[in-house]
Amino acid sequence: MEHVAIADQVEELHNPSSFISKYVWSQDHKVIAIQYGITAILVGLVALVLSGLMRLQLGFPESFDFIDPSSYLQFVTMHGMIMVIYLLTALLLGGFGNYLIPLMIGARDMVFPYLNMLSYWTYLLAVIVLLASFFVPGGPTGAGWTLYPPQAILDGTPGYDMGIVLMLLSLAIFIVAFTMGGLNYVTTILQARTKGMTLMRMPLSIWGIFVATILGLLAFPALLVSAIMMLFDKLLSTSFFMPAIVSMGEQLDYTGGSPILFQHLFWFFGHPEVYIVALPAFGMVSDVLAVHARKNIFGYRMMVWAIVAIGAMSFVVWAHHMYVSGMHPAFGFFFATTTLIIAVPTAIKVYNWVLTLWRGNIHLTTPMLFAIGFIFTFTHGGLTGLFLGNVVIDLPLSDTYFVVAHFHMVMGVSPILVLFAALYHWYPLITGKMFNATLGKLHFWCTFLGTYAIYLPMHYLGFLGVPRRYYAMGTTDFIPESAQTLNASITVAAILVGLAQLIFIANVIWSIFKGEKSGPNPWHATSLEWQAEQIPPAHGNWGEKLPEVHRWAYDFSVPGARDDYIPQNMSNDDVPLEPGQTLQIREEH
Amino acid sequence: MFATLREKSWLNSPSATASGGFNSEISRKTVALRFFLAVISVLFSLFIVTFLARSQFPDFQALAGQAWQPFTNPQQLWVNTGILLAASVAIQFASSSAKNNRLLAANIAIALCGLFTLAFIGAQILVWQHLIDLGYFVASNPANSYFYLFTAIHGLHLVGGIFVLLRLGLRSTAQTQNSLIISTSLCANYWHYLLLVWVLLFALLTSTPDTYKTLAALCGF
Repeated sequence: MEHVAIADQVEELHNPSSFISKYVWSQDHKVIAIQYGITAILVGLVALVLSGLMRLQLGFPESFDFIDPSSYLQFVTMHGMIMVIYLLTALLLGGFGNYLIPLMIGARDMVFPYLNMLSYWTYLLAVIVLLASFFVPGGPTGAGWTLYPPQAILDGTPGYDMGIVLMLLSLAIFIVAFTMGGLNYVTTILQARTKGMTLMRMPLSIWGIFVATILGLLAFPALLVSAIMMLFDKLLSTSFFMPAIVSMGEQLDYTGGSPILFQHLFWFFGHPEVYIVALPAFGMVSDVLAVHARKNIFGYRMMVWAIVAIGAMSFVVWAHHMYVSGMHPAFGFFFATTTLIIAVPTAIKVYNWVLTLWRGNIHLTTPMLFAIGFIFTFTHGGLTGLFLGNVVIDLPLSDTYFVVAHFHMVMGVSPILVLFAALYHWYPLITGKMFNATLGKLHFWCTFLGTYAIYLPMHYLGFLGVPRRYYAMGTTDFIPESAQTLNASITVAAILVGLAQLIFIANVIWSIFKGEKSGPNPWHATSLEWQAEQIPPAHGNWGEKLPEVHRWAYDFSVPGARDDYIPQNMSNDDVPLEPGQTLQIREEH
Repeated sequence: MFATLREKSWLNSPSATASGGFNSEISRKTVALRFFLAVISVLFSLFIVTFLARSQFPDFQALAGQAWQPFTNPQQLWVNTGILLAASVAIQFASSSAKNNRLLAANIAIALCGLFTLAFIGAQILVWQHLIDLGYFVASNPANSYFYLFTAIHGLHLVGGIFVLLRLGLRSTAQTQNSLIISTSLCANYWHYLLLVWVLLFALLTSTPDTYKTLAALCGF
């Protein structure tokens, strides 16, 4: 049977003509990706400002009248939820997933472009509902990003009335949006690859996005279930999660529900969520490292296996978030063991990144700096994870700043560094212009060193026993005064890092208008997205014919070849050779 | 799958170049539906797990088991199951008619499926009404809450299906036969699947406390 790529089948063509159908109600995956990206970054900036406000309170307590205990908790909650779901998940999968999947696998678009468009607009609705909670009576919820019942919906918690309802509603809408997008991503990757693009020839970015999307499709339902049941408890007074309880001196109508049940559901979603964010980042950083070190990724197959193994294992570690909630000792043992085991494929990935750099021809470009920075922050965050994965060490450290430092290093700073690496790396593809490299490097050093100035001291605060989520420490005997000095310095660093992000935004906007033209393949990369006829790729991505793939995505510095890269769509016969040499493909990598 | 994952893609073997590496016979909509059904399965499984866990708390009063409880004799639910079964049969008939290129018969069957589904949803609402008349309100017991919750979520999936069906019915004349065959057969799969989910929920919701105890013990609660 003749091979007809699905993206080339006639029924899927959609030809936008007006401004609105091109840029607003667009079904083009690249436009949708940019819409996702801009929305996610804007809402992420809101979360960044919220973290700045939190830090102001912690660093300089009693100095700011507009931050009271309630608003502090609201900042904490909204900061966490926005960053994890509405920024990271949306930007990595909705943004980069959308942009890269069709281009990297050689398709003209997603297989369901209309559904893809619907996914973005539903996501936008979720964001609007979430942000609306800032303007309702009582303000947004202050229940912590984990939204644990019973306190999340009881009087006394900020935003217990409208705020929490809007939060749960927004999450439910987000999950609908994600499911629409996610079905699109997996189907496109499975069914719309161009000729020659076998699964094991896909760049690791696509592997990461693929497995993360499957995780999302299977894990987000847990959040949906808990959101729906909590909405029932809140609005219809059912007792799924709500125990018999006295609140404000009054016996409530709730009977016998189980708050622990909510925690299990939440973390059954919550832990895979860590990998929903991490896996696409792992994939993209692998590609950035290989391109800028001019060397094939070390252990490609092992990298793919590790992604799959981490994805599978991420569903059996969730209760390590709940050691202090009380559980059967055998349970704790089981989850501590699985948690330590999942570190093995993760460590393999770190070794392979380092070994990719070893004897590579390293170009310290801006994306490469961010990618190498990621290896540092991820290793730090990962190592503290090994501590916290053990029950006996977790118990004293639970709910202290050690935990805050750990998860910010591992799933805050690390994915953000990869996002910057990816944004700088693919910026020429998306805009056709080069960013300003000096500003990019300045942005890197401020961000990289700044985040260490923020999070390294937090580990020490954690050892001291400084509890997280507290508005103010008050007179607490066991916390020395020096902790406050440390807190003040963290705040100064946080404000500086926050301001440094303006360099990035200025660079992005300035370079769109004034940047140099990038030319077709400025990094000399091998993967398909850079081989498009136009940069940025036109609607439909490819010209008359789809590209045909002849090799994997990592043929860098192949002995015998004239150039230090061989594009995926170049056959062996077409590769320009060094005079008198033949192409030497190595047996093992 | 393991053979795929062992492929040494850097060796640049010509065999890999020959095919796209995927099964182009399966339509993309089929793949998407399979994943979607997996998502729904996870959703209902999680609801059911929480149900079993919650059923072991002392305040849980099952809706069946004793003579005075509403679903000890679930006559109405059997009728509803019959209606949903009729919808499933109708869409199956639509699918086979599309294959035999009998467009009119297919359209009538699609419409019948829609009507039966609406009738099922209406009949489920009547069950709600009946429960409310008996004083089994949504918040008065977790077993009641779960009954309303499960039927509502299941019903919402059917409502979503009706929209797809509506679009299919309106566009059936404009479609090629091939795409009509795929669409009706995918709709048939979806309806059969939701029938299966309903039968499971039916069995679960009308079980006795002893059954819950056994199931919960099997799950380790």
